[in-house]
Amino acid sequence: MLEFTVNNRAVALDVEPEMPLLWVLRDHLDLPGTKYSCGIAVCGACTVLLDGEAVRACALPVSRVAGRQVVTIEGLAQDGLHRVQRAWIEHQVPQCGYCQTGMIMSAVALLAKNPRPSDAEIDATMSNLCRCGTYARVRKAIHALATPPAGG
Amino acid sequence: MTTALSRRDFLKVSAALGGGLALGFCLPPTVGAAGGESASEVNAWIVVHPDDRVVIRIARSEMGQGTYTALAQLVAEELDCDWAKVSAEFASPNEHIRRQRVWGSMSTGGSMGVRSSQDYVRRAGASARHLLIEAAAARWQVPASECRAVAGVITHVPSARTLRYGQVAAEAARLTPPVEVKLRDARDWKIAGRSLPRLDIPDKVLGKPVFGVDVSLPGMLHASIAQCPVFGGRVRRIDASAAQAMRGVKKILREENFVAVVADSWWRANQALKKVTIDWDSGEHALASSETISAMLRAGLDDPALPQARTLGDSAAALASAAKVVEAEYQSPYLNHATMEPQTCTAWFRPDGFLEVWTSTQNGEASMSAAAAAAGLPLDRVEVHKMMLGGGFGRRGGPQDFVTQGVTIAKALPGVPVKMMWSREEDMQHGFYRPASLVRLKAGLDAQGRLVALHTRIACPSILNVLMPGSLKDGIDFTAVRSFSDLPYAVANQRVDYALRNGHVPVGFWRAPGQQNVFYRESFIDELAIAAGKDSLAYRLAMLKADDKNRLVLEAVARAAAWDKPTAPGVYRGLAMADGFGSYTAMVAEVSVDAQGQVKVRRIVVAIDSGHVVHPDNCRAQAESNVVYGLGSLLYQENKVKNGRIVESNFHDFRLPRIHEMPQVDTVLVPTGGFWGGHGEPAILPLAAAVCNAIFAATGKRIRSLPLSLHNLRS
Repeated sequence: MLEFTVNNRAVALDVEPEMPLLWVLRDHLDLPGTKYSCGIAVCGACTVLLDGEAVRACALPVSRVAGRQVVTIEGLAQDGLHRVQRAWIEHQVPQCGYCQTGMIMSAVALLAKNPRPSDAEIDATMSNLCRCGTYARVRKAIHALATPPAGG
Repeated sequence: MTTALSRRDFLKVSAALGGGLALGFCLPPTVGAAGGESASEVNAWIVVHPDDRVVIRIARSEMGQGTYTALAQLVAEELDCDWAKVSAEFASPNEHIRRQRVWGSMSTGGSMGVRSSQDYVRRAGASARHLLIEAAAARWQVPASECRAVAGVITHVPSARTLRYGQVAAEAARLTPPVEVKLRDARDWKIAGRSLPRLDIPDKVLGKPVFGVDVSLPGMLHASIAQCPVFGGRVRRIDASAAQAMRGVKKILREENFVAVVADSWWRANQALKKVTIDWDSGEHALASSETISAMLRAGLDDPALPQARTLGDSAAALASAAKVVEAEYQSPYLNHATMEPQTCTAWFRPDGFLEVWTSTQNGEASMSAAAAAAGLPLDRVEVHKMMLGGGFGRRGGPQDFVTQGVTIAKALPGVPVKMMWSREEDMQHGFYRPASLVRLKAGLDAQGRLVALHTRIACPSILNVLMPGSLKDGIDFTAVRSFSDLPYAVANQRVDYALRNGHVPVGFWRAPGQQNVFYRESFIDELAIAAGKDSLAYRLAMLKADDKNRLVLEAVARAAAWDKPTAPGVYRGLAMADGFGSYTAMVAEVSVDAQGQVKVRRIVVAIDSGHVVHPDNCRAQAESNVVYGLGSLLYQENKVKNGRIVESNFHDFRLPRIHEMPQVDTVLVPTGGFWGGHGEPAILPLAAAVCNAIFAATGKRIRSLPLSLHNLRS
C-alpha cells in the first residue's frame, strides 16, 4: 500500500509503483485538473507541487512520492482562489486553458522561491508550453504578483 | 414561423423517447443544475430564471478563441440584460437536430464564430427583449410602446412601474416572437464592444473538469489506441496474450485500422497496448518519404496541362515583353496541429439503447453524425456533450476520426462508459496536416519596376478532396490557391495554375488554411520591391486603390511601427499584409540575427480591420495567439515523412515556442465598421513573410522555404 498526502488529505493506494503520479491523480483519485499532454516531462501541463517544488507528474513514478506532500490545482486554495489564480483572472491569461493549471502551479512555485522574479528568471523557470500563446499575459500576471521591495 | 418545440414540450417528447434518463441528456447542465422547472426558455438562445439570471446558449465551440463570451455579449446586448447575471452553456446537438437546427451552425472554424452568426444571435436577443416587454405590458394592460427595457428591468414610462425580466419570463415564453426586430447600431453598444471578463476563465484557472479528457462517469473505463503508423495501412494480425494478463486490462479490440486496449486507468491501457504485438499491413505507401512527396509536387509544377484558378490579361505576352523578369520557388512542409489536449472521445451505450458521447469538438453536429454512423443509430438516439477544447486550430472540425473510434470501442462494451484518449505520439503521427506545398512564381516588371505580370504555379494537396470528396469545381481547391487567385494588388496580367497532388498524408485545415501562400506572395513582393529599388511599403501602396481596406491597415501599421524612422542598431524590419477570414491585416516584424545566425523576433506590430470589434482585449489575445502559433511553424516545426510515416513523435522533436521566445506584440485595432471580420486566424497570415522579410533586411539572405531551422544564417 502506497501512502502519501494530496491536498492535505492522506491517501493509501494499491497501485503499481512505477505508475506516474499524473495517472494516480487523474484516474485513481479523480483529480483531473492536472493534465496529460506529452507524457515525457517536456510540456509541463502536468505540473504539481511536491513538498513545495514544481514537478512534472507525468514522468514521476508514484513510488517516489511515498510519505510526501502533493498539492494539485484543486488543492491550491483552501477555499476560493489562490492569489495566483486571482491574478490569472485579473489579467485574463487563459485561452483554451488546457496548459494553465500546470502554468499556475509553476508560477506558484516560482513566486514562493523568488517573490520578485526578473524577466530572465521567469524565462528560466516558466518552461511550460502553451499552444495558444498566453506567454505575454503569464509574464504580466507574475510581475503583478511580485512583492514590493521592502523599505522603499 | 418556426415549429420548434418549446423546451417544456421537448422535455415531454424526450422523456417519452428516452425513458427515465431523458432529463440527464437533454437538459444542458447549467439549467438542469439550477432547477430547470422554474426557468423559462424565452427563445432557443435565452433562458431566464425567476431571480433574473440569464443563461445564453452558445452553438459554436470554445477552443480558446473567446467566442463563448463574445457571442453571449452580442445576445445580451440586444436582450439588454444585466451582464453580471449572465452565464453561458453549449446548445445540445441532439436538441439542435430535433428542433430543425434552431441554433444555426455549430461548426467552429474559419474565424467564423462571431461573423457568421452575429446577425441571428443578435436577432434572438432583440426578439426576446421584445417578448419580455410585451409580457410586462400585458400584465400592466398598457401598450408595449409605452415600455422600455434596460439592464433586465422593464419600465412602464408613464407610470414608472417596473418589472424584472425574471418576473415576466414565463409569460414571455408563451408569446409569439416578432417577425422583424431592429438591431442596435454598434455605436450604441453597452455590453458588446467591451473587454468584459471571459465567462470560461474562472473554471479554467480552478482546474474544474471542463475538457473532453476530464470526463468521469461511474464505472467508466479508459482506452488507448494504436493506428497503423503508415497512413492507409491495416491490422494484419495481433498477439495480445501478454497484454491480456496485465493488471486492470478489460478488453483488447482489433479493428480494421486500429488496436485498442481498454483498462481501468489510461496508463494501464497504454502500458498494455505497448505489449500488444501488432503486425501491420502498411499498404502501398510504405516507401513514401518527404523526398518522394517533394518529387510529386515538383512533377505537378512541371505538368503542362494544369487548370487555371485565375486568368487576367495575357501574362505570357506581358512576361515576354517585361523589362525585368524575376523568378523564385517557395515551399513549406506538412504541419501537425499539436493541440495540447490530445484527441479524445468518451462514449456510453446506455442500457435503453441511447448513445451519449462527450468530446472536444469544433463541430457538435458533425460529431453527432460520426457517432450515429459508427453506432448504427438514428441521430435522435445520440447526444453529444460538447466539452471545452484543449486547443482546436482546425484539427477537431472536419475530421471526426476520434469520435468514430471512441464510439466503435464503447460499442464493444455496451452499458459501460469508455473514455478513449490518444497518446501524444499517436496524436503527432495521425493528424490532418497543413499541406506541404511548392510554388513557382514568375513576375514581369516594367521599366519603372512596376509589377505588370504575375504567373503563379501552385502544387499543393487539396484539403477539400480529403474532407469533402467530390466538392471541387474544375479541379481547383480554392483553399490551396487563395491569396493568389484573389490577389489584392492591381496587376494587369495574372495567371494562377493549380496542380492538385495529394499523396497519402491526410491534410486538413490548420489555423488560417492557405497561409503558406501569403508567406510566398508577401516574400516575393518584397523581392520585387527590392528588384525595383523601391521601399516595400510604397511598392505595395502603389498597387492598391485609394479606398482599398488593405491600404488602411498598411498605413496604420506603418504609423504604429514608425516605418519612416530608422530602427535601433542591430534591429531590422520586415513588412507584409494579407486579407483573409473577413479581416484585413498588416504587420511589421522587428528582428535581430546574431553572428551565429540565431534569429530573435523582438517585436510584432499588427494592424487589423475587422469592421466591428466585439471584445477588444480578446482580439488582442487572438493576435498574440496567432503570433506564437505562427512563430513555431516559422522557426522549427516540420513534419517529415519516412517509410510512409510521420517522423516526429512528441514535443521534443516537434518544438513549440516557450515564454522566452515570445516577442512583444503590439496590436492596433482599426475597425472601420460596415462589415464583420474574424480574429481567430487573420494575424497569423502575414507573420512568416514579415519575419523573413526582416531577416533579409538583416542578412541579405532570402528565406524561400520553412522552417528557418533548415537555413544557415551565420554571417
